[in-house]
Amino acid sequence: MTANPVLEVRNAGKVYGVDETLVTALHGASLSVAPGELVAVRGASGSGKSTLLHLAGGLDAPSTGDVLVEGQSLAGLSRKDLARLRRRSIGYVFQDLNLVPSLTAAENIALPRELDGTSAAEARTEALAALAEVGLREVADRFPDEMSGGQQQRVAIARALIGPRRLVLADEPTGALDSETGEGVMRLLRARCDAGAACLLVTHEPRHSAWADRVVFLSDGAIVDETTADAPAVLDLGALT
Amino acid sequence: MSIKHGLLALLAPGPKYGYQLKAEFEATTGSAWPLNIGQVYSTLQRLEKGGQIEADGVPDDDGRVVYALTPAGREELAGWFHSPIAQESRPRDELAIKLAMAVNTPGVEAREVVQAQRRQAMSSLQSLTRAKASVPDEDLARVMVVDSLIFAVEAEVSWLDRCEARLRNARTAKTPEKEAVQ
Ligand SMILES: Nc1ncnc2c1ncn2[C@@H]1O[C@H](COP(=O)(O)OP(=O)(O)O)[C@@H](O)[C@H]1O
Ligand SMILES: [Mg+2]
Repeated sequence: MTANPVLEVRNAGKVYGVDETLVTALHGASLSVAPGELVAVRGASGSGKSTLLHLAGGLDAPSTGDVLVEGQSLAGLSRKDLARLRRRSIGYVFQDLNLVPSLTAAENIALPRELDGTSAAEARTEALAALAEVGLREVADRFPDEMSGGQQQRVAIARALIGPRRLVLADEPTGALDSETGEGVMRLLRARCDAGAACLLVTHEPRHSAWADRVVFLSDGAIVDETTADAPAVLDLGALT
Repeated sequence: MSIKHGLLALLAPGPKYGYQLKAEFEATTGSAWPLNIGQVYSTLQRLEKGGQIEADGVPDDDGRVVYALTPAGREELAGWFHSPIAQESRPRDELAIKLAMAVNTPGVEAREVVQAQRRQAMSSLQSLTRAKASVPDEDLARVMVVDSLIFAVEAEVSWLDRCEARLRNARTAKTPEKEAVQ
């Protein structure tokens, strides 16, 4: 069919708590994201979107089913190997995964690269390039509390995009942004995918999910629906009026 | 859609031929509203009869004539630009009626009707977004037209999300009122 998927979620379920506190957050969801593909996840609050992203990023293990990144089952990895895969292959932009307050923007972005053995100078060069890509070259040496919410979010995005990341996971990355800046972020993610990355994006804004190649809908922990764009050939702007 | 006012606006900078107006109309709106030449000429005739435009000079060798705004036409155009357009009945009204019928028609799963419609709307939104990505930012007129379509479809998707949530909630907690209706 297509190229080997970068991300494959196979019949993954997730249960939180035990006995009377038991919550089934995800019921056997299956999904794959190929290189170059942007897949958006929509659904009401509590439908399991963040859970799906956590499982996809190896931040949490599924109760049932399996998650594969670049063909590698995460269940089969040692803690150390999983940590390395997360650092090297996956970029995260999560609402609650904040910047380190004592590091500047450039240092925050360079951190995962340095942890991975890239020299400090090289990591800084990459960080500055990533900042330029999100239009924030001028905040490189500022600390998070010296930036607006929108700027912090874009720095978090630059951190997720730095280096040769093949999989980008984003949970409401446009949440704190005004509509123009939000659109800039979507253009950025789209460009990354067009350059070959695979991206799984959670957003409640239909306008933002429309940048995706596929949009899946979650309802009560199950994928209930999926859409792809009309073929460009049948696009008729007049038909919508 | 007011073709009449669109044509008046295109004549504001100076006199033009009908075929020119058709091309400029489509270029300005990013082909969102294709016109046929017959529509253009019948509208021009009506405008001429109403005294808002006039034939300027003599027909060329092919019998084509240049049209120009009259003072009355300029006034009409200024009035159009300065009065906001009312929220009139939209095509979506058919959709609202369809859903209202779906909720109360035995054997119809309203949630499926909502989901099918949302698939359609989301898919259109994806196509429009692709179309927009290929329009240069400097082309303000086109960008604004595509944006308007995008925001309208987005509103439909958001509304359908809300409908789906309502239907889901109604299923888990059936009210006595609803049972009385059935
Ligand atoms: N760590 C957790 N412990 C217990 N329940 C959780 C936890 N995380 C999420 N849930 C529950 O799982 C369900 C799905 O949550 P989540 O994936 O955060 O949904 P979404 O991101 O779509 O709002 C919700 O009912 C939520 O309360
Ligand atoms: Mg969430």
